Amino acid sequence: MSKITLDNLSHSYLDKQNSDADWALRDINLDLQDGGAYALLGPSGCGKTTLLNIISGLLNPTKGKVLFDDKDVTSQTPVERNIAQIFQFPVIYDTMTVYKNLAFPLKNRGMIDSEIDSRVKEIAEMLELTKTLNNRASGLTADGKQKISLGRGLARSNVNVIMFDEPLTVIDPHLKWVLRSKLKELHQKINKTMIYVTHDQTEALTFANQVVVMHEGQLVQTGTPVELFEKPKHTFVGHFIGSPGMNILPCQIQSATPVIDGVKISTNSQIKKSNFSKTEIGIRPEFVSFSKEGIPVKVLKVSNTGRHKIIDTECKSGKIKVLSHPSKDIPSGSAFLSFNKKYTYTYGDSWIIE
Amino acid sequence: MNKTINQKAWLFVIPVFILVAFNAVVPLMTVVNYAFQETFGNNVFTWEGTRWFKQILRSDRFHSALGRQFLFTGVILFIQVPLGIAIALTMPKKGIGVSVCLVLMSMPLLIPWNVVGAMWNIIALPEIGLLGHTLNDLGFDYNFTQQTGDAWFTTILMDVWHWTSLVVLLSYAGLRSIQPAYYQAAEIDGANRWAVFRHIELPKMKKVLTIAILLRFMDSFMIYTEPFVLTGGGPGNATAFLSIDLVKMALGQFDLGPAAAMSLIYFFIVLLVCWVFYNLMMRNEAQG
Repeated sequence: MSKITLDNLSHSYLDKQNSDADWALRDINLDLQDGGAYALLGPSGCGKTTLLNIISGLLNPTKGKVLFDDKDVTSQTPVERNIAQIFQFPVIYDTMTVYKNLAFPLKNRGMIDSEIDSRVKEIAEMLELTKTLNNRASGLTADGKQKISLGRGLARSNVNVIMFDEPLTVIDPHLKWVLRSKLKELHQKINKTMIYVTHDQTEALTFANQVVVMHEGQLVQTGTPVELFEKPKHTFVGHFIGSPGMNILPCQIQSATPVIDGVKISTNSQIKKSNFSKTEIGIRPEFVSFSKEGIPVKVLKVSNTGRHKIIDTECKSGKIKVLSHPSKDIPSGSAFLSFNKKYTYTYGDSWIIE
Repeated sequence: MNKTINQKAWLFVIPVFILVAFNAVVPLMTVVNYAFQETFGNNVFTWEGTRWFKQILRSDRFHSALGRQFLFTGVILFIQVPLGIAIALTMPKKGIGVSVCLVLMSMPLLIPWNVVGAMWNIIALPEIGLLGHTLNDLGFDYNFTQQTGDAWFTTILMDVWHWTSLVVLLSYAGLRSIQPAYYQAAEIDGANRWAVFRHIELPKMKKVLTIAILLRFMDSFMIYTEPFVLTGGGPGNATAFLSIDLVKMALGQFDLGPAAAMSLIYFFIVLLVCWVFYNLMMRNEAQG
């Protein structure tokens, strides 16, 4: 068990890098505390798997260092780093039984048979695999196989970190919940650092204490699910997290106050400079409401999801989504919107102004 | 509901029927016809029952040809399969090397079989051939036209040269289809190179290897052209494999009845071995 530090990591799959786009990862600095449950969240192609493979040692970063407990492990192999990783689709050894699959990583490390036996049985118990221990692994269902992958990761009691690379992709939806809560439960039981890579915000937000959001090879925000929701540091985070995502509207800055369609908006941001190439207002649909005055909009569409109503409206600067209680009456035609100041932020060049 | 009955659709099957008839059924039935009768030409046949089959099955000549055939096929499978896998494992996985290797590997497969025979005949000539002359210069008494061992050595070497590529290409395709995550997982599990081969690569190659072995078995069991050009079955009958012996009997001696019976026996042996092998492989598959 150890603290993991990523120090100025950059990685490129190309030999020569001419522009930012040639980098899969750019200037990553991150501290992962011992025993934490982390999620790396981002859309496909944002570099999260690359980052994971660098932490595990499957990839060598082009630049920067990986430290385990302040010790440089950048040039160490996955075995030396003593980590466990579970992949997107279940990796099992087809020719072996479930038991041998679980015993494999222990055997490779020269553990004696009696110790292997007790450890394998313990893990099987934990993952509810005891009944199938002597079956051939290839005959199991996808979730059973993924449990084996997980079991091989857990089999070694001294691993520094357990990493999951979108492990529930091939699992049926109703089993996803079961496995996910199993993972959460395991984390509490064995108290090891876990890193969970996913593009699914629900998975990330339910699994992790700390969510690391990535976008185009960069870390855009690290925080608790609540922080990400209430105060997105980057418009991408606003968009990506929440359903529907944050409303982002272009605005002008007039004497340190943002203005949309001629209406001054009071926000939680202190605007001290104005030399941005673009400025925007970010407000979550949850914090927009209809009122007597404010931004004039046209109501376009109301969809009732049962839990709440999603109202699509349009002002001159763009579309604004509003979330309201299903029992509330929604004005039709023209209306005015007001924003809850506490959750309204101004963004300069996509980054939050605090 | 009234169904319209229209049997005209059967007409559409006629072309296929004709094709299959002429390409498989008629030739095979001709052979069957010869196998049970005796003829002296002029389209006069007399019924012989199973006489030719008994004769073939009891003849020492057939037994020794069959023995040579199994030995040859066994030896080349024993060499080509491991060698093919080994080459496939060492082939590059990306870059220009991939295409270079693939083209080089495909070359022997593209050469007409009689040319392969002729090529090796020339290479192996004891006086002037590159191989033959070199071996003799090195002090080996090498003459594939006169010594049984040398003839076998040359024939096997020729077949290995000609066909190992097929195993290589199939194995390589099998290897390339393995997801990187398997290797990564094995790396994390601390597996050594042998364990990776034994528990990941070999099981994942199983299907293509089954095909490779089946193809190599069938082709080598029916081998004719190359040894015919290289040794002509000699010295003596030392390299007269089943098909060479069969042609000698059918066209050399014009014993059409026994030759036809031998063809059928030959055919059933190939069929039987393939069937048994395939079922063994698939039964393992079903078990998991």
